[in-house]
Amino acid sequence: MPPPAAAAPATTPAAPTVGLSRQRLWRALTEPLLRQNPVTLQILGICSALAVTTSLAAALTMSAALTAVVVMAAGIISVIRRHIPPSIRNIVQIVIIASLVVVIDQVIRAYLPDLSRRLSVFVSLIATNCIVMGRTESFARRNPPLPAMADALGNGLGYSIVLILIGTVRELFGAGTLMGRPILVSVDAGGWYEPLGLMLLPPSAFFLLGFLVWAVRSRWPEQAEPPDFVPPDVAEGRP
Amino acid sequence: MGDLNPLSAWRRFLALPNDSRTKTLIVAFLVAGVCALMVSGATVLLRPIQAANRAAEEQARLGALVAGVPGMEDLLARSDGALSTVVVDLDRGGAAEGVTPAGLEAALGDAGNWTDLAQADDVAGLGRRPDLAQIYLLRQDDAVRLLLLPMVGSGYNGQIRALMALQGDMATVAGLAITAQQETPGLGARIEEPAWLAQFPGRQAVDDSGQVRFAVARGQASSIHEVDGITGATRTSNGVTQMVRFWLGPKGYGPLLDAIRRGEF
Repeated sequence: MPPPAAAAPATTPAAPTVGLSRQRLWRALTEPLLRQNPVTLQILGICSALAVTTSLAAALTMSAALTAVVVMAAGIISVIRRHIPPSIRNIVQIVIIASLVVVIDQVIRAYLPDLSRRLSVFVSLIATNCIVMGRTESFARRNPPLPAMADALGNGLGYSIVLILIGTVRELFGAGTLMGRPILVSVDAGGWYEPLGLMLLPPSAFFLLGFLVWAVRSRWPEQAEPPDFVPPDVAEGRP
Repeated sequence: MGDLNPLSAWRRFLALPNDSRTKTLIVAFLVAGVCALMVSGATVLLRPIQAANRAAEEQARLGALVAGVPGMEDLLARSDGALSTVVVDLDRGGAAEGVTPAGLEAALGDAGNWTDLAQADDVAGLGRRPDLAQIYLLRQDDAVRLLLLPMVGSGYNGQIRALMALQGDMATVAGLAITAQQETPGLGARIEEPAWLAQFPGRQAVDDSGQVRFAVARGQASSIHEVDGITGATRTSNGVTQMVRFWLGPKGYGPLLDAIRRGEF
């Protein structure tokens, strides 16, 4: 049996795990929750994060679907990692991920028909979610199944945390409800709360995500990226 | 290659270097095969549940549509809360002989029960039309009081399916429910909004001379035959207009409506 692919230099923050110690597993699981959060640090997967967060129930379903897909994909790819020919590596990964997504989509359609209508195409689009591909390509391909799945679960949960946060704020202020149950009684229902329509529109998710990234990077300044470009100091620019 | 024992063949395959052409091909086919099995397995196993969901949803919309028409609750309660379901032959404008609602799906699987539409007749852009359709109705003293007609038309992104309820005069719309659509969310998909659908009850789809006059207006509705258009969704609005005009017209339920007006149904 050929030796496993040599531990190549990690391109993403998660370094390849060699041992199987409990501490490493725990770190692989918890690091992506806040400090290495795929959405707020790497700004991955925000397309769906913005689209499905108009209600908490939809955000929860989407989170569960993505977490399930990324964990299963990481597990499967990690199991066969020593036999994936490098020339068709990406194709093999995408085929596995896409098939898992179709299966999950069919399950949601069968058992949660109302939610599946609300999530529309976004469940199918998990296949193109950068988080899934990113984790299988950078981590699962080089690590044994257990750490790979722990890392995938951590990333799935990190994505879920962001979705649930944004979904809660948008549903609460946009419709005055949570999980469909009225919390702030709206004017239409004889209460006092005037729903903030903007919260249900896509731009509000951008604002909220922006504030969230700002808050996270203020708390952990090392997450802020260095500026790509420093303007030259020219005479006209000086006051 | 003398050893044909599958186990040792499998070991030999695993031991091949990863960049060998044989292994690449075999892995590609294995992955494709396993994934295909997984996807088709899930689709086949879950199809009955999904079909039941769709049927339940259609039934719920049907119920909501009837409940929304004033005066129908009593009538429905008197007929044990059930609508009569009839399969009609569109060309003859009467009940289809020998086809029950349960057997409709099988009958529609037969290409002989479909009619290709000529370009001029094909208002709704369907291409072909079934000769049989399942409709629902409520009678009172032998007269049809409410008729529910399933319709299908082409929207911007795909087919629009709807149920139209007509009052006993076969001209006044009692309501419209959209049962399936894939229009653009926020634009065309607004045809599903209750506020838009609420305009339909009371519209005169057919004028006194029997001409189908219903239309989704561009902008504000200006006559009793029209409903307001949806801004930014001209193709969807037109799709709804054409759908209703086709299905209430001579190639759609026209013959049936005539028969009911004459009291022959």
